[in-house]
Amino acid sequence: MAKVRGAVVVDNEVCKGCNLCVVACPSRTLALNRDVNSKGYHYSYMENPENCNGCTNCSAVCPDSCITVYRVKVE
Amino acid sequence: MPELAQKIRDIIKPENIVYAKSPLMNDDVMHYCPGCSHGVVHRLIGEVIEEMGIQDQTIGVSPVGCAVFAYKYIDIDWHEAAHGRAPAVATGIKRVMPEKYVFSYQGDGDLAAIGTAETFHAVNRGENIVMIFINNAIYGMTGGQMAPTTLVGQVTSTTPYGRNVDLNGYPLRITELLAQLPGAAYVTRQSVQNAAAVRKTKKAIRKAFEIQAMKKGTAFVEVVSTCSSGWKLSPVDSNKWMEENMFPQYPLGDLKDGTRADANDYSIKG
Amino acid sequence: MGELRLMKGNEVIAEAAIRCGCDAYFGYPITPQSEVMETLMALRPWEGSGMVVLQAESEIASIHMVYGAAGSGKRVMTSSSSPGISLMAEGISYMAGAELPCVIVNVQRGGPGLGTIQPSQADYNQATKGGGHGDYSLLVLAPASVQEMHDFVVLGFELAFKYRNPVMILADGVVGQMMEKVELIDQRPRWTNEQIAEISGSWAATGKTANRKKHIITSLEMDSSIMEANNLRLQAKYAQMSKEDVRYETIECEDAEYIIVAFGSAARICQKTVQIARSKGVKVGLIRPITLLPFPEKIIAEYATKVKGFLCVEFNAGQMVNDIRLAVNGKTKVEYFGRMGGIVPNPNEVEAALEQKLIGG
Repeated sequence: MAKVRGAVVVDNEVCKGCNLCVVACPSRTLALNRDVNSKGYHYSYMENPENCNGCTNCSAVCPDSCITVYRVKVE
Repeated sequence: MPELAQKIRDIIKPENIVYAKSPLMNDDVMHYCPGCSHGVVHRLIGEVIEEMGIQDQTIGVSPVGCAVFAYKYIDIDWHEAAHGRAPAVATGIKRVMPEKYVFSYQGDGDLAAIGTAETFHAVNRGENIVMIFINNAIYGMTGGQMAPTTLVGQVTSTTPYGRNVDLNGYPLRITELLAQLPGAAYVTRQSVQNAAAVRKTKKAIRKAFEIQAMKKGTAFVEVVSTCSSGWKLSPVDSNKWMEENMFPQYPLGDLKDGTRADANDYSIKG
Repeated sequence: MGELRLMKGNEVIAEAAIRCGCDAYFGYPITPQSEVMETLMALRPWEGSGMVVLQAESEIASIHMVYGAAGSGKRVMTSSSSPGISLMAEGISYMAGAELPCVIVNVQRGGPGLGTIQPSQADYNQATKGGGHGDYSLLVLAPASVQEMHDFVVLGFELAFKYRNPVMILADGVVGQMMEKVELIDQRPRWTNEQIAEISGSWAATGKTANRKKHIITSLEMDSSIMEANNLRLQAKYAQMSKEDVRYETIECEDAEYIIVAFGSAARICQKTVQIARSKGVKVGLIRPITLLPFPEKIIAEYATKVKGFLCVEFNAGQMVNDIRLAVNGKTKVEYFGRMGGIVPNPNEVEAALEQKLIGG
């Protein structure tokens, strides 16, 4: 059975750390980073990248259009 | 770990993209506060315009309020209106260029307070425009004052003890009123607090633009939104507060879905 | 020779708009200029030239419809009377700030407030000193005949596009309501999209094509240094108006000892006063500013060294007289005579004022 795996790339400098993507993520992939970007925001990142299935819920709720989502089918 | 990093690198390839920012959304970092609904709705409008292939035929009308700078973010031609006058400006644009797509983008103060007359009469004329209405029950740009849609008891900087109906009157359900007008072809109320809601709102915006092409009358999309700075809540808590407090007052769904109600025949007979 | 007709001033505004290829009119009824839109609606230009005519819900909506439509690079206009122009002040300021061309007709009535529906020139200061907020100027044309009501619509659009600036035709209830013979221009087609692209293509918001950056019609700029530069650019434009587009008429000024300065229908009355005075042996001339902004200060300054005094005659409490005083700069006497509240003085009244205030005084 084919399984999907995903990954997200967050534009760290555009992210404002609003946390909406973290809450929207059904697979608990995302979290806010302890590090901050140049504006001082704790930007979002893949804390548990192995969980991501590329569902795009994070990019759907992102107000700053700073998330790109990738998905592949793996056997 | 290096194995995992390699796995991720294998996924992050252009051919595997399932969501990327629309090329119509430019690289300027939005001026909105973290978690602001405006950013989501801007993106949805940009995506709809891109998907319909109408970038070269669309003119947006931005309001006065937080979204005054909407013109910075979507790569289309824009016309920045005075406070509340966006429906009149959009009317002027559409009337001299009926073949173009014209949409206004307004907040609750702009659309439902200072611009109420322009809003009503544009819809009542059945202007073939799309009107996007962001209702977050507060004035964001000027620092969190009461809006016409502010809830009873809601604390704002001009209702510091909560909105009191004796002093301030009632929250205005302008969308319900507009749905009564024969010129309104499509009136819907949506939200963007989770992925499912965002996808529904995008469909509604797409439908609104398609109705414009069909010249059926005004297509009106309210988006019940958050203002975490104004509400003094985190973005996540704002969404909860919105679901608990805004949705009962402003229930989601289509208020009117049809063509212009020619059944409402007001012409003089005989 | 164009077609000759006997027409009302307000009607001819409509006729000239259609004939010069105007693209759209947005307005709201108000006395004494309601015939403008009535005439347009009766002529149904949308079936002929393709001109759009729309009755808005208010003067505020009218001017913002003009603001929107003007952003397309097309020729658009509105008309109103004094209280309505006050409501339009917001949109006029935005249009001046966003540098959009349009023609606005003000058929003045008496104020303040609801005032009266009788003729007046009490909006001189409003038209020439702002009216709305911010450092902007209109180009203001003052017609004194039905023919000029016609001609200034055509000229108004030329100037509006020359400067990308709103042009106001500051008429009054007299020229709006009176009937005269007028020679009409032949019907000209509206601009084609290709012409508009050539004339306004560098700024008009008509849909962003792949070969250019997006166009944004706005008066907003948060960066103070850019906003100051924007203001300086506007001021340079207004200076150019003063250099290139001052218009006035002089009548019997060559040998004059006294000069009356009057605009619009007041000038028509004063033309008769000049005749009456001259029949009595008093050498009186008349300067009629046609552009109230830019004001014809040079010609007045020139005559200031030649005459014994100026009498400014206006249907208001004395507004243009201040511009005359600035132009004269103390070199000779400047007096004012006027009536208010919708009263139009007669030529003998003006002649008596001339005797009393200048010649005898």
